[in-house]
Amino acid sequence: MNFGLAEEQTLFQDSLGAYLREQAGLDRVRRIANGEEDAQALWRELVEFGLGGLSVPQEQGGLGLTPMDAAVAAECLGHQVTPSPFLGSAVMAPLALVLAGGQENRLQALATGELRIGVALGEAIGARADAGVAAVGSRLHGKALYALDYGADAYLVADANRRLHLVQADAIGHQPLTTVDKTRATGELILDNAPAILLTDNPQHLRQVIDAGRVMLAADTLGAAQAMLDQAVAYAKERQQFNRPIGAFQAVKHLCAEMAANLEPCRALVWYAAHALAQIPDEAHLLACHAKAHLAEVGTFVARTATEVHGGMGFTDLLGLHYWFKRIGFNRQALGAPELVREEASRAQKLAA
Amino acid sequence: MDLSYGAEHEAFRAEVRDFIKAHRHSAPKGDGLRSRRVLAWQRLLIKHGYAARTIPTAYGGFGAEPDVLIARIIAEEFAAAQVSMGLGGQGISMLVPTLLEMGTEAQKRQFIRPTIYGEMIWCQGYSEPSAGSDLASLRTSAVLDGDDWVVNGHKIWTSTAHLADWIFCLVRTEPDAPKHRGISFLLFRMDTPGIEVRPLVDMTGAANFNEVFLTDVHVPKDQIVGARGEGWMVANSILGHERDALGDPNVTLVRLNALIKLMQTETVDGGRVIDNPVYRDRLMRIQGRVMAMRCNDMRVLSARASKRDTHLARMIVKVQGTELRHELEQLGVDAMGELGLAYGKNPYLRDHGNWQSHYMFYLGLMIGGGTSQIQKNIIAERGLGLPRGVRAPAPH
Repeated sequence: MNFGLAEEQTLFQDSLGAYLREQAGLDRVRRIANGEEDAQALWRELVEFGLGGLSVPQEQGGLGLTPMDAAVAAECLGHQVTPSPFLGSAVMAPLALVLAGGQENRLQALATGELRIGVALGEAIGARADAGVAAVGSRLHGKALYALDYGADAYLVADANRRLHLVQADAIGHQPLTTVDKTRATGELILDNAPAILLTDNPQHLRQVIDAGRVMLAADTLGAAQAMLDQAVAYAKERQQFNRPIGAFQAVKHLCAEMAANLEPCRALVWYAAHALAQIPDEAHLLACHAKAHLAEVGTFVARTATEVHGGMGFTDLLGLHYWFKRIGFNRQALGAPELVREEASRAQKLAA
Repeated sequence: MDLSYGAEHEAFRAEVRDFIKAHRHSAPKGDGLRSRRVLAWQRLLIKHGYAARTIPTAYGGFGAEPDVLIARIIAEEFAAAQVSMGLGGQGISMLVPTLLEMGTEAQKRQFIRPTIYGEMIWCQGYSEPSAGSDLASLRTSAVLDGDDWVVNGHKIWTSTAHLADWIFCLVRTEPDAPKHRGISFLLFRMDTPGIEVRPLVDMTGAANFNEVFLTDVHVPKDQIVGARGEGWMVANSILGHERDALGDPNVTLVRLNALIKLMQTETVDGGRVIDNPVYRDRLMRIQGRVMAMRCNDMRVLSARASKRDTHLARMIVKVQGTELRHELEQLGVDAMGELGLAYGKNPYLRDHGNWQSHYMFYLGLMIGGGTSQIQKNIIAERGLGLPRGVRAPAPH
């Protein structure tokens, strides 16, 4: 028995973590967030590192690794608030293309980084006003809001009947949408009689793609929240008030302990949910819902509390802690807010109609 | 990730299942601690290695090597079959491991065998009215007078004191030493003259605890574990054992399933409680937390099996597990509304009043065995490396 990471996964985690700390530290994240540097260059480096083809089968030039490996990578990216199209291009799109079948060329292009695929599935996850996607024949009509990994060459788009399509970016209208989290590129897609390839009309496939995305967001939040906790603890040891480190006061100590006590079990939940995606199909959907919703709640608690431990400094742009706060906030809403996801969890167990 | 127990352990699981199938008719069900049925079942379990498994045969145990997966398989199978796992209590769970670690050969031979066979029942004399979280400030004194210790003081929260044959008791023997170095660990009979046991009724209405008054109690000099003044170290050599058992997520899962059933059965305004989305969302939040704690439990189990450090993952179980359980029981009460208030003799009582009594009992467990606040100090200081806080000086 080994409940946890295999030795190779720990090595992968260490080397990716070290790479991101050295090559994509907060200064570079700031430059990308402020539009002073193109995120593309960083993604090319990460593709070199192997992230592009991580989930692509070996026959198509990828590494053919498991969702658990992908979750390890997502945790590292969250830990360093790395701007990257990992979620769509390295996890959700490869899975969608494999499930669709006959997409070998695109899978190859994902592995080499020539192709980036973003995600616009809002129509299938709590559709909002101002948006809506309908398919007529092989054409899509309407608008998809908050497409993830904006700036991609193509997008996965869900329609109102839970079918999954692929559209080329140059065949549709689109524009970026500013959100609170500048480490994530977001946009809107305007679909006006847009040509689309139907990848799958099996709602089960769409669910698998969403489940995988949700577990990756949970892993990203795990990494981001761990980074916030680590920074809060380090600050509490160093910052002096009343002639002692603030971490010697129980009020501060207990905030740190509560963050750790809530976050630590999340690690095991994310691992298990990621493992289940490929290995325990009967439990995968329920676990993905709970991992997504629970990490949203714990992440939110840690984001707020770690900021408070930093006092006024936590509120400043100078320290940059807000990048993690906003990333966790983004992950909470993306691919389903916790209330909606928990309702899906009830339905998965036939506890709700 | 490898979730299999392996062929050898699965073969052991099959053995346990066969044993339960063959013998479950003789398992006790609510029989008294000293009943013939309970004692016979305990003997049978030890003979097969399902109780006292790692206690050496020289002291009456089964003599197997410790194996956390084997221990887990036994617990899982007996729980699944709802068959008694034999005797527990503070003698078996706390005193026996302490004696194995710190006792003399004579003490091991005298006490371990009758304790594990249920013939010698123990209570634990640690807390005092003025020594709770700051246990090391305890004041019960023992003064050497010839060949006897003479013990005077007042212990509280003493479970099973009214049933026990013996007590293991922390007393101050070196009043001039620093507070942690002035304590000794004594063993004595509960029928020694000078001991008075008074029941302490708790908020659930039960008298699970007692107060124990000690007035000029004479204890033979050699009934001490470890040296004079080493009692704090002796007691702490096993304190972790107690906390592990509190807030077990596998037990919480059983309650979660009962809660789901309750919410599917109880109605409000003619509809099932579970069809109310607000109640349902609370249920799902709790379910997510139970899942996280079960995954954490598997992580800790697997790390212990390969003797790796589990650090924070194990340290947080008591505070998280007991608070989660308390909130789960509260949702059970809330799901019933006014019906959830029914308690004692009430014709509308559901599940024997379990939801209300567990709700209160788990508040007690958040406090007992190290309060949530003390747990947070431990997590912050030993887990996260934050500086130790201000500690009051020892009383003199």
